[in-house]
Amino acid sequence: MQILVLVKAVPDPERANEITLDPETGTVKREGIPLVINPLDRNAVEEALRLKEEKGGTVAALSMGPPAAEGPLREALALGVDRAVLLSDRAMAGADTLATARVLAAGARYLGDFDLILCGAESFDGGTAQVGPELAQFLGLPHASYVTSAREKGGLLEVEAKVEDGRKKLQVRLPALLTVSRELNRPRGLSFSGIVRARGKKVEVLSLADLGMDPSRAGVAGSPTIIGDISTPTTTRSGEIIKGDPEEVVDVLVKKLTEAGVV
Amino acid sequence: MTEGYRGVWVFVEQKKGEFLPVGLQLLGKGREIADRLGEKLSALVLGRDVKDKAKALIGYGADEVLVVDQPKLEDYQTDLYAHVVTELVQKERPSVFLLGATYNGRDLAPTVAGRLETGLSSDCTRLEIDEEGRLVQVVPAFRGMASILCPDRRPQMATIRPGVFRLPAPDESRTGTVREVQVDLETVENRAELVELYLQEPEGKPLEEAETVVAGGAGIGDLEGWKLIEDLAQVLGAAVGATRPPLDEGWAREDQMIGQSGKTVRPDLYIGIGISGETQHVVGIEDAKVVVAINNDPGAPIFKVADYGIVADYRKVVPVLIERFKKLKNTG
Repeated sequence: MQILVLVKAVPDPERANEITLDPETGTVKREGIPLVINPLDRNAVEEALRLKEEKGGTVAALSMGPPAAEGPLREALALGVDRAVLLSDRAMAGADTLATARVLAAGARYLGDFDLILCGAESFDGGTAQVGPELAQFLGLPHASYVTSAREKGGLLEVEAKVEDGRKKLQVRLPALLTVSRELNRPRGLSFSGIVRARGKKVEVLSLADLGMDPSRAGVAGSPTIIGDISTPTTTRSGEIIKGDPEEVVDVLVKKLTEAGVV
Repeated sequence: MTEGYRGVWVFVEQKKGEFLPVGLQLLGKGREIADRLGEKLSALVLGRDVKDKAKALIGYGADEVLVVDQPKLEDYQTDLYAHVVTELVQKERPSVFLLGATYNGRDLAPTVAGRLETGLSSDCTRLEIDEEGRLVQVVPAFRGMASILCPDRRPQMATIRPGVFRLPAPDESRTGTVREVQVDLETVENRAELVELYLQEPEGKPLEEAETVVAGGAGIGDLEGWKLIEDLAQVLGAAVGATRPPLDEGWAREDQMIGQSGKTVRPDLYIGIGISGETQHVVGIEDAKVVVAINNDPGAPIFKVADYGIVADYRKVVPVLIERFKKLKNTG
């Protein structure tokens, strides 16, 4: 099985509270926060490696991002993917989900034919859950979203996916794209031997020119959506801090809540 | 690329022939937007044997209900639904297209947007029309709110979570039309075929209807601490809510998540414990009557959106709160 797994470099979720929005530029400020593999993309990597171990084949990892996104791709190599490719170009910057999906589609086509494309259902930082399904449209592939289990059987994928209050079972024709949920598997950790093995491998970096893609189709230029105003939410609440030892603060709080008639 | 696009569309999802509340909520919001634009509001319904029920959507604000009623459309299936919706959008050219952010909605919207190569924003918490008649799609983003616009492509597409907008009161006297539309599905390949649906009854009272909500975040630290959250909720007769980290840790269930990518709650009392107060969470508690925050970090943004704040280790305060409420309950 030839598998492509999409890996987004996101700021370390452990340090999410340091991320802010720049009201001047409308961009996300995340200086100094290390980039890691988007958590659900780790589940995608795990599933790709698991399928490779079971069925044979190769796993390639693909990302679009700034040069610093090489780090997470190196991590993917250390986890066991055979090839890691970063699409990086100034003209790719500022892309919305549609322009991102279009560039990733060009990258996927450049790398060859795949039986299966896997990615996290949503990213930790954007959280739109749009890039997977949009990419499937650019590649003309069937897809399933929020997949919790996947099994290949006679050229078809038997897939379970989330719905409100339950699950659905789908039969998906290959080649296909799946966006995966956390419940799919437990991602493996990095091993020492994996890190050593990855040292001998390089992350390939491709530009728009390498992909033969018109810059007007990528980045800000290729994005139908733009970010307008950025605002900081205002609140009308009083923000009264109750001080004292636990007995005292509970006394005051319970009195206030009783007066407000909410307990 | 915006010439000739007029009207506001709302996709009203049905499950087993029943319309989901989020679709009705969006008709309420869609009505406001259509009035502001001076354009028509259309509800779009796909399903099997749904024709007769479709009329009810007029009472919720639709001027027109477009119905595609075919056996193959009984349940949501990506290829079939996306084909029908894409074809109708191309033919009828709405300017605004809103969808509920259910699992199916979050699958259908990017599939259609990808095929049409138009803009889509997800989990909007506010929708407005600007002076130029464009849809302003407001989404929370890292301690702020970002307005998203789709200036040059149509339709302007957005998904909205259930509960963000209120259910409009149905007005039986409203008039409108139901128009059945035929779409040929014979030649459409159904490449991701639904085999089976397993649905369970949801547990307990829905979070979004609770009068009291006790919510925990990353600061709870471990499962033992999470038990304290549940104990406090129990003594208060409250529903338990969570931010993303307790879900990832497995302490809380997915349907307990509050915020932009979870539920919007409107309780009389919300107590947030070990929650830092990221915008993505806070947008889900804006309509709470009284907000209490307990956190050991005095700089946590949650204190800025709380009525009462307690800067302390929750493990010291919550047990005292539990005892006090128990006593109150017994004497009250």
